[in-house]
Amino acid sequence: MQRVIEIIKEKAGKLLADGTVDRVIGWKDGEFFYDPTPAVFSAGELENLRYDSFCGANVSKYLIAETKKEGKILALLKPCDTYSFNELVKEHRVDRDKVYVLGIECRGKADINKIRDLGIKGIESIEELPGDELLVHTIYGDKTCKLNDVLLEKCLCCKSKTHVASDDLALTGEPMPEAPKDRFAMVAKLEMMTPDERFEFWRGELSRCIRCNACRNVCPACSCLKCVFDNDASGVASKANADTFEENMFHIIRAFHVAGRCTDCGECSRVCPQHIPLHLLNRKFIKDINEFYGEYQAGADTTSRGPLTDYTPDDVEPSIVMKRGGDQ
Amino acid sequence: MYQIEKARLGELFARIAASGELILPVENNGTSQYGTWTPEVEVRLDRLNTVRSAKDCFFPQTENLMGFQMKGKEISIIDQRKPCEPFTVFGVRACDAASFGILDRVFLSEPVDTYYQSRRLAGTIVTLACGEPEETCFCSVFGIDAVKPGGDVSCWLTEDTLFWKSLTEKGDALTEKVKDLLTDGDEAALKAYQEKISAIHEKLPLKNLSLEGFNGDATEALFDRPEWAELSEACIGCGTCTFVCPTCQCYDIRDFDTGHGIQRFRCWDSCMYSDFTKMAGGNPRLTQKERFRQRFMHKLVYYPANNDGIYSCVGCGRCVAKCPISMNIVKVIKTLGVKNHE
Repeated sequence: MQRVIEIIKEKAGKLLADGTVDRVIGWKDGEFFYDPTPAVFSAGELENLRYDSFCGANVSKYLIAETKKEGKILALLKPCDTYSFNELVKEHRVDRDKVYVLGIECRGKADINKIRDLGIKGIESIEELPGDELLVHTIYGDKTCKLNDVLLEKCLCCKSKTHVASDDLALTGEPMPEAPKDRFAMVAKLEMMTPDERFEFWRGELSRCIRCNACRNVCPACSCLKCVFDNDASGVASKANADTFEENMFHIIRAFHVAGRCTDCGECSRVCPQHIPLHLLNRKFIKDINEFYGEYQAGADTTSRGPLTDYTPDDVEPSIVMKRGGDQ
Repeated sequence: MYQIEKARLGELFARIAASGELILPVENNGTSQYGTWTPEVEVRLDRLNTVRSAKDCFFPQTENLMGFQMKGKEISIIDQRKPCEPFTVFGVRACDAASFGILDRVFLSEPVDTYYQSRRLAGTIVTLACGEPEETCFCSVFGIDAVKPGGDVSCWLTEDTLFWKSLTEKGDALTEKVKDLLTDGDEAALKAYQEKISAIHEKLPLKNLSLEGFNGDATEALFDRPEWAELSEACIGCGTCTFVCPTCQCYDIRDFDTGHGIQRFRCWDSCMYSDFTKMAGGNPRLTQKERFRQRFMHKLVYYPANNDGIYSCVGCGRCVAKCPISMNIVKVIKTLGVKNHE
């Protein structure tokens, strides 16, 4: 059976050769196998293209800049990346005509931090073995772990194995891993807390924020040309926090801003150097939107109106805030 | 040289904390951060590096510089500097300990930065040798010996014993305060441990990283290299690398209108940010390629040019481990350096 990378290279090679596209966005090798970098490849450079359990980065946001260039680009998108892609197309941030989407198979992506949390140190390289097993070569000897035990948070709650946007697919046809866990479980747990407990939880997490803006910069929904927090003229630009609550507010404001547009791609939590579970803020909004306006998945299509940018007579009344908020 | 049983470290910490704040790596939701010791905190000397570096103890992310008060047409300036109380930082790794020398050259050169200076004078640094280095470590490339980590006091932690060796007057003063808890150190046991961990450091994959081609005179040779475009292609322009870096020292100074006066403060800044070089006439660094290039040229070329050839990287590996897109100084050195093509 062909490995997925071989299928990808074959299809990409053909599309480059027949002129359908003139470049490919995917991932290239790093130092230690677990650290590939998103990269653009031209014809003749495909040998450096890779795709495996460590290609968790969502490359759809790069298409904003890429589709402003001449020519057409082949984008390698995992199922969850296609939701981000659709949302960017819907918001007219990405020119759909300048992208050829090759939907690529995904069996879940590994989180290097979880591998380290297993006590595996000094990792020189990693091999993927059959049966979703990872053989980790370290300076302290070889170790093994199961991909399933070290999945990224976003993969634990995989929203779909199906691509919602694609011009072609690269699939091996192998059976897919089992259905994921409930993505709202932790949100529900937070909702059950008293306001004080919840406040304490978030203060504990958000107090580690170093305001590096990695969550914002990687977020496909954060596509403003100039973020209000980077704009001196806005009056709220803040590289420094005036008090310790300000950083907390940054994340809450950002979650509001992407509400209804966040596809739950999980990149914010993946890139956070301080391991703050930022995805929980977004999932709270998604859960509320589902409850108030009916099930909605941002990025499932490119044409529907988002629940927060639409109006129906059945919309929930603002007074719901009074009913649900406060001490109860 | 002295030693103490590992099981009695709590007593040692309590004694140090009795005469001033003790800052050391503590557990914080699965991460290690420098924090103030109390009997309740979980000390993490087993994890190699804290997320943020020990630089924070001397150069905090934000600090007030001065205040301005308006009364009618009179403006008074309020000096907000307070004398810094003595404190101790424990568990500093060799890389972070070396970073202080790099920061000193910036902040203690004329005109002296008195905010930084007061903390440096008040702080005693107790280092800890690295027994279990990570693949991201490359301090030896910069001449740093993680087996002999420096500082005012150097420590080595084996399975059951902490070895303690004072190296400076400050170290002697601290040793004096804890001396009755310590016993004479077993030189042979320490030597055996040092040899054991030296052998591990020899295995590090980045230990032969060559810096040839990077020096204070390399601006012309490196500045216009076409590879910068590819190296910076995926950079998302966040400040992670700069904020976890023990040697990044750029800051911004801003005024905050409190409503009844002006608070002037400074905060870390990042050359990766779009407004970093914004000035009245515009911005000379318009794309991420230029911002990205600046960071590495500063560390490997500009800083050495102004500081006797010393690089402003200590090889701690934080940026290697933390970059969201896994682009880092090692990849830059390997791509642009003279001798790294296997």
